[in-house]
Order: sequence, then structure tokens, then C-alpha cells
Amino acid sequence: MQKAESIKQKVMPSGDTFASSCNACKQCTPLGACIAFKGLEGVLPMLHGSQGCATYIRRYLISHFREPVDIASSNFSEETTIFGGNKNFNTGIDNIIKQYHPRVIAIASTCLSETIGEDVQRLIFEYQETHNTMPDLPVMIFASTPSYQGTHSEGFHEAVFAAVKTLAEASGPVGDHINLFSNMISPEDIRHLKEIVEDFSIPVVLFPDYSDTLDNTSWDSYRRIPDGGTTVDELKKSALAYASVELGYILNSGGMNGRIKDNGTKQSAGEYLKSKFDVPLVRTGLPVGILESDKFFNALSSISGKAIPMKYQRQRGRLVDLYVDGHKYVSDKRAVIYGEEDLVVALAAFAAEIGIKPVLCASGGESGKLAGTLREVLGKNYYEDMVVGQGMSFERMEEVMQELKPDLMIGNSKGYYIARKMDIPIVRTGFPIHDRLGAQHTHVLGYEGTMILFEQIVNTLLEDKQRKSPVGYKYM
Amino acid sequence: MAEYLEGRENQIVTKGIDSHELVGGKPSVAGSVSQRACVFCGSRVVLYPIADALHLVHGPIGCASYTWDIRGALSSGPELHRSSFSTDLREKNIVFGGQDKLYQALHELIDKHHPKAAFVYSTCIVGVIGDDVQSVCKRVQKEKNIPVVAVMAEGFQGSKKDGYKIACDALFSLVGTDESMDVSPLSINILGDFNLAGELWMLEEYYKKMGIQILAPITGDGRVKKIQNAHRAALNVVQCSGSMIHLAKQMKEKYGIPFIKVSYFGIEDMSDALYEVAKFFKDDSVMDKARELVKDQLTTLIPALEPYKRALQGKKAAIYVGGAFKAISLVKALRLIGMKTVIAGTQTGNTEDYRLLKTICDDGCIMVDDSNPVELSEFVKQTGADLFIGGVKERPIAYKLGIGFCDHNHERKLALAGYDGMLNFAKEVYETVTSPVWQFVNRSTPFDNE
Repeated sequence: MQKAESIKQKVMPSGDTFASSCNACKQCTPLGACIAFKGLEGVLPMLHGSQGCATYIRRYLISHFREPVDIASSNFSEETTIFGGNKNFNTGIDNIIKQYHPRVIAIASTCLSETIGEDVQRLIFEYQETHNTMPDLPVMIFASTPSYQGTHSEGFHEAVFAAVKTLAEASGPVGDHINLFSNMISPEDIRHLKEIVEDFSIPVVLFPDYSDTLDNTSWDSYRRIPDGGTTVDELKKSALAYASVELGYILNSGGMNGRIKDNGTKQSAGEYLKSKFDVPLVRTGLPVGILESDKFFNALSSISGKAIPMKYQRQRGRLVDLYVDGHKYVSDKRAVIYGEEDLVVALAAFAAEIGIKPVLCASGGESGKLAGTLREVLGKNYYEDMVVGQGMSFERMEEVMQELKPDLMIGNSKGYYIARKMDIPIVRTGFPIHDRLGAQHTHVLGYEGTMILFEQIVNTLLEDKQRKSPVGYKYM
Repeated sequence: MAEYLEGRENQIVTKGIDSHELVGGKPSVAGSVSQRACVFCGSRVVLYPIADALHLVHGPIGCASYTWDIRGALSSGPELHRSSFSTDLREKNIVFGGQDKLYQALHELIDKHHPKAAFVYSTCIVGVIGDDVQSVCKRVQKEKNIPVVAVMAEGFQGSKKDGYKIACDALFSLVGTDESMDVSPLSINILGDFNLAGELWMLEEYYKKMGIQILAPITGDGRVKKIQNAHRAALNVVQCSGSMIHLAKQMKEKYGIPFIKVSYFGIEDMSDALYEVAKFFKDDSVMDKARELVKDQLTTLIPALEPYKRALQGKKAAIYVGGAFKAISLVKALRLIGMKTVIAGTQTGNTEDYRLLKTICDDGCIMVDDSNPVELSEFVKQTGADLFIGGVKERPIAYKLGIGFCDHNHERKLALAGYDGMLNFAKEVYETVTSPVWQFVNRSTPFDNE
């Protein structure tokens, strides 16, 4: 297993060098696809494969979002596996239409259906052909998400791409709206992004928008398909936007991702619209911290030709003030940051600008771009002794952490075991959060989200200090 | 009324209204949002609590990732079961085969963790690409000199329940391979308790007071060596019969060990579980101790339940759980605290289980096999239930409908078995059903602004 000396390499080799993984820092591709699909209005996702995939993914998402997450399965049997899923696919679609009356059926493949060579695109085509007289035939979208390629993160971006590719239509003049592809963020952060764009008075197609579908209100009666989501019509006009803004530097651009060979065909939704419909693409990272948020706000300002609204200038000012108030409690602290690659980059950029040293940046993803992106984005704030781990599991993370002796972990719930064992505090953000309430309301984006995150980090460190103090103290 | 999916008509029965029999054990229909999981899941959850064994999932990462420390099954010693090991198969393994990777992984992990045995779970994809998992296991077993058991649990082979049987076969391959433990003539194995929130330890206390030794707990707080010695116990006491009855039958056939089916939920069933064991040993002193124990427990428990019973009298409950025996116990336990069961469903009950369940349900109770959120939410609305008992997947159904919820699934962290468990159960049901938060839900016009 991983020996201490090799962490001096700073950029650790990918998980491939080991035959097994223990406590993965990733989930499988169809899970990510299901989250993205839940950002469509009137959708019911279906997984083409065994029953367990849908059930496990539902359970996982319900634990995180604490909302009903209905995902159908085409329920492969042994016979289906041998003779093909045609019949199950058709029965499945029939039953979904009958029970849910969805406007969209979004299908993701699994390792099983991919390996037996199911041509889902063709199954969709045949179903549509034979049902072309059916009123309100749902729109069908397909994302290819074999779980042996990439992580849930790639699955998410593949589904975003698939939805845009299926729906975008270039009929009509270019509109005054932009597309905002917001990456895998919390429902609360989606709402915040919408608020920002609205305050710039920019009409926007934000996708995927699961801010309601995965964080809904209390209902007066049960809804089979929750309200909310980006509409089919909105996605149709994504080809006519005057710009796309894509949050995240890595997205699904990685070439490794467990594939034998990178065929170079992976595209993000923004790249697709640019190459196919000439929609200009602006890419910034997830706006966490001042420097990365500035990039996002400046991009919106230059796209709209409007000054950054006073509201956000005030927020930025208050955030700077807060940084000053709290800087001594975080300065020189050593943090481990982990999760999806784009989130790791954003959190690391933020940590570095407030004086926290990101001693280990780790992800289960294997785009091959994490180290380079971190260096580029962090720029002068880059911490030279930073260890970057891609294809990391929590077991390997722990081995590295035993040597690095960090003060703090920032990432999802799954780091809890290590935090408990090493007696270091953990600030929970990202996906999944299963052991705390409020995963759907984590707010880290923009100046406002950063303020909340900064306070959380400072207060967590203070709590830790108080707890470990022999006398305790009241004023800080 | 719910729009049942075609082919599900005989999986739904209202007692006192419908005359047809409730048929269990059917595969889920395509396109349904079943609450059931797969074969792999079934085998994984049964074997999971064996704490000194290595559990290696051979497949892409998802299957291992979603089952990482998923059960509330506690161990009094090693904690190897709480880590999730996977061969994390990639495209190249799918194309060229994953056998070599599995072989290497087993060596790597056995050298590092020194487990007493290894279980290798074969997932969907492994069944398709045709890795010879069994031969790899055999080879490593020889090289490492510990049992290495292939659990051929490809997800598409059936339902969760089929996975239970595969897990029993895996366990059976260990039974009878060691004779080194001291065994009392008054010894039993506990089958089908998973030591959620330490429930097994409560049972151990009870049986210990009766002078009875638990030789092997299978699988809660499980140890490989105890399972290897399990053939020497006098009796198998099977709780979760849905998952473990196959093992009990195999052990009866090969080793002549009789078994009894029990449940540890609720006062009646828990007491019966003790009395039945005492009866088996035909030893008056054991029976006397059992009676004394039950009397002691009830003297404090019954008055303690009273306030909850008063508050819950006449409230209605919906049950949708994994197995039928749990559902039966729950109906009785709910009755004890004044509540009536209006929906009783399970993921894996068979036709015979449902016949039994029907005998204890009241008229008007909707019984359902392999249900889904659409049906369950309709049933709850129709019956006006005040409480839902299920697992994490059922929780949002209850909460969105504005009714209480009690987690009685394998993820729970609260002990619900035994006498203390009954009190915990009553308390939890009381806290959720009578919470003041429900005043805010199910109100379509919250503001007086019309």
C-alpha cells in the first residue's frame, strides 16, 4: 500500500496502482446522472439495468436531500441480461407513463446494460416510432453512464450534456438570455445563483435546476413528480443563448476516467453549444471565496454590460471585513480538502486566500487535471507542499493524513471516520452529507455563501480549541 | 385508488373486502419504482455484520460505495466489516477480465488486514464478463490458509431475497469446519439478528440469565470461528426467518440441529422467544428463570408504556418493511400501545407469510407486496394513517404526507428489540406522532390573506 515516502511526490499516483480500493471517495456514474436529471421539469429518471442500482441510488439521494427521489428501473432479470432489454425497456416506459404521466423520461444506463451492448438510443427511437400517435408522449433523454467509466461527477456532466444535446434547437433568432451550467451544487446554491443572475437582470436558462425538485416545500398532498426544474422549452432555446456560462474548470473534460483510451469525444454542455451553435462560452470556477467569486461576478458584468449590483458589492465588503475579523483563527491552519474535483479546486482556492494551507487536496475523480488546475487557479496563493491525490479513497487519504497531521477537514460526511479517529474537526459540505441535517441548504457560493462557510470554519476551529482547552474561555 | 401497475393485482389485498390471496415472491415489474434492492444487496446485508471477515465487492465502485457501513450492526471487537472494499473495476477490466485484479486485491487485503475469512461478492457485471470468481477464491484460500468464500450474488439474478439464500450458502460452507470452542449442553445459535444498535447484547443478557449459552450469533456481532463451530449448538433460534431460514434448514439436514422461529419485537413475541427456548431444553430451572425474567421485565415495562398508550390510543399505523415476520411483530407491538395497523406491506414476504400476517391484521387493513411510493402514498391518504414504519426510502413519503415516521430498518441506531426496545419503540412512536410540527403541514392556505 501507499508508503509515506511517496507522498513527497506531491502529486500522488492514481488509484490504479492498487488492485483494490477501500472506502471510496466517489460514487458511480448513474448516481450523478440521476441528480442532474432531477433538474428537469416533469421528469422521471429510469435506470436501464438491475433493480438494485435504482434502489441504492434512491436511498443515497434520499439520505442526502431528504426528499422523495423516485427513480424507476427496467429491472433486468437473468433472461433480460442474456437476450437483451428490449421488452423490459418498453414495459418500463409504459408503466412509467401510466403511473407518473411525466413530461420527460430521462434514462441512464448502468454497467450491466452497457456491457451487454444495449443500444438505448435505438430503443428510444423504436418506442417513439411505435407510439407516435400517443398524445403527450414524453420527451426521452439518454445518458450513457457505465459505472466503470469515471465517477458520479462524470455521470452528472454526461447527463447535463445529454439533455442539452437532445433538446437544444437552433430555430429562431438569438435571444437575450444566457445559459448557466451550474455544476453539482446544493439546491440552496442554485437558488443563490438564480438570485444573482436576476439581480443583473439577465434572463437565464439555468440547468440543471433541482433547487425545488430536491428541496421542496411541505405539500398539501403527495406529488408524484415534484414541481420545479428547468423546462424542456428552456433547454430547447439554449442553442439560441447569446452566451453560456459554465461553472467548473474540470467538468467531464478528463481523459482518464477509467477508460482504456480517451477518444476525445467527451464534451461539456457549454462546449457542445459552442461547437454546434456558436454560442460563446465563458468558463469560471465554482465561485467560492473572493477571488473566484470576483471572476464570476465580473463575467456576469461583462456579459450584461452592467455594473455589479450594489447589493453584491456590499456583500463583498462585509466578507472582507469578516475575513479580517477571523484571519488569526485560520492563519496557517492545515486543511484537508476532498470531494468532487471542481469543488476541491474551489474550496482550495478559498482556503488558500484566507491563509489556510490546503495540505492535501483529494478526489476520487481521475481527470488527470486536478493538480494542474489547482496550481493555475491558486496562482500566487499556491501552497508548495500541497499533496494532490486523484483517484483517492478514504483509506489512502487517512494514510497520508497520518503524516501530514492536518488541523481540519473540509468535505463531505464520509470523512467523518478519519476525523473521529484522528480527533480533528470536520466542516461538512459537498456530497454526500448523511450524518447531519441540512445538506440541501449548504451554501458556499458567492460572497454570501463564502461568508457562511468562513464562519463555519472559524467557529469549528474555535469549538475545537475550546473543547481541548483545560480551562475553557468565553471571549475570543 | 392507486393505479396499480399491470400484473400487480394479486399483490394487493384489503382484508375483509378482497377474497383473493396475496401472492408474494414475484419479480418486480419493469418501470416500477420498487423499494426492493437486488440480489447483491440481499447477500451483502446478511453477511455484513461478520466483523472479523474481509468483505470484498468485486465490481465497479457503486455497489461497494452504497453499502459502506450501511447497517447499524455493532461489533464487540474487530470492525473490519465497517470498511468497504472494492476491486473498483474499470473499463479495461471489463474488456480484459477482472480476475487478475481480484486475485491481487485479495492478496493485498489479506496481508494488510489479516481477516479470519474473506467473502467475495460477485456483482452484475462480473456475472456478465464471466470472471471465474470461484476459482480465484479457491486458489487464494489455499495460498492464504483462510476460508475465501465466493458469494455469487449478481444483481440481475432475482430480488434481494434470492441474495439471502446465497448468503446462507456462503455461511453454510463455513459451518462445521472447526471444533475448538467450548460448548455448553444448553447452547443455541441466534440466526437472523444483526445486532442493530446492540440488540444482540440485550438478548445475550436474557439468555445468560436463563443459563443458556449463545454459541454463534449469525450474523450480528458475528465471528468466523463461532460460525465454524455453530454445528455443535443444541438449537438454532431463527429471528429474521426471511433471511436465515435456509441456513437453519441446511443445518438441520446435515447436523440434525432443530430450529425454532421467533421474533424479538414486542412483549409477546420476545417472551415467547424465551419460553420456546426454555421449553426446548425441557429443564424446569431454565423455564423458571425465563418466567422470572419476563415477570421482572414486565413489572417495570407495562407501567412505563401506559402514558404512551394513553396518548396513542386509536391512532393508525402503516407498516412497510423488509420481511413479513417483522411486520407481524409490529402489528402486535402497535396493538399493545393502542394503535391499529391499516397498511401492512413488505418487500420480500412470500405467500405463506402473508397468510399468517392476514390472520392477525384487522379488517380493512391493506396488505401489499413489493409496493412503491405511488401506491404507498395513495394507501396512506386513503386510510388516514398517523404513522409510517419503514426505512430511509419510506421516510419522505411519510414526511411529505405530514405524518409521523419510525425507522425500523437496518440503518437505525435505536435498539427496538426486547423489553427495553419495546419502550424505545413506544417512545419514538409517541414523539413522532404527537409532535406539534404536524400543525403546520397539510394546510393549503397558511395565511389569512384571502
